[in-house]
Amino acid sequence: MADEAIKKPESKGTMAERTRDRRTYIPRVDIYSENENLYLVADMPGADESTVSITLDKDVLTIEGTVDEPTSAGRKLSHGEYGIGDYYRAFTLSEEIDREKIEASMKNGVLRVCLPKAEPHKTKKIAIHAGL
Amino acid sequence: MFRIWDPFREIEGLERDVNRLFSGERTYGNPPVNVFVGEEDVIVTSEIPGLDPNGIDLSVTGDILTLKGERKPLEFKEGDAWHRRERGYGGFTRTVRLPYSVDGTKVQAKYDKGVLRVTLPRAEADKPRKINVRTSEA
Repeated sequence: MADEAIKKPESKGTMAERTRDRRTYIPRVDIYSENENLYLVADMPGADESTVSITLDKDVLTIEGTVDEPTSAGRKLSHGEYGIGDYYRAFTLSEEIDREKIEASMKNGVLRVCLPKAEPHKTKKIAIHAGL
Repeated sequence: MFRIWDPFREIEGLERDVNRLFSGERTYGNPPVNVFVGEEDVIVTSEIPGLDPNGIDLSVTGDILTLKGERKPLEFKEGDAWHRRERGYGGFTRTVRLPYSVDGTKVQAKYDKGVLRVTLPRAEADKPRKINVRTSEA
């Protein structure tokens, strides 16, 4: 374990089939929260802001990214420890998110998403009238 | 490259791995590398997202390439709560043995989108030489 290269897990196809015939990897993530925001940080080497997309549909947050294979023409792969492919991962959020204020940035292959928690709904008391 | 098998060393390693497993924290292990070999040069690529490009230390000695760097931990404040922790951080050192000696002065490296790409031209002295066969005719 200690001496092995860190591998990104390959997706086992728990999602809808993709139209691009490529391998898909599951990006490793850190998720943490503070009072007002929920943060998601994902390692997506090879992807940048133009190839990553984030969608929030109801309470499912999906992150996707495509990666272009670099050219190494005229050379043979003599030792390979990682594969190149796209990224896909979806999460079900347990908290209400203010979807208008979601912010995301990408730097050096790391995606960072800030998800502001929505204002808690005010509890409304419903009076029950006694039947006459 | 040969190492004598030492059971105590194995046990120590196992202990370390188990401790790490239960501490819920990942250290950054060895970044994975791909090595592409050509006649004139070798290209080594490595996926190491989230590095400070100035903090990458590359060195070449003969046919050995060494990559060093550090992934900085997230800024985590008092009161923040972890939900998932899968990305590792910390320092790493990776050594790659190349198929031939390279010219250390002509090595080029680029770090883009979290992927490091190092191009290492073959050392002149190491290039295969064509030897002309002369006939003994006068």
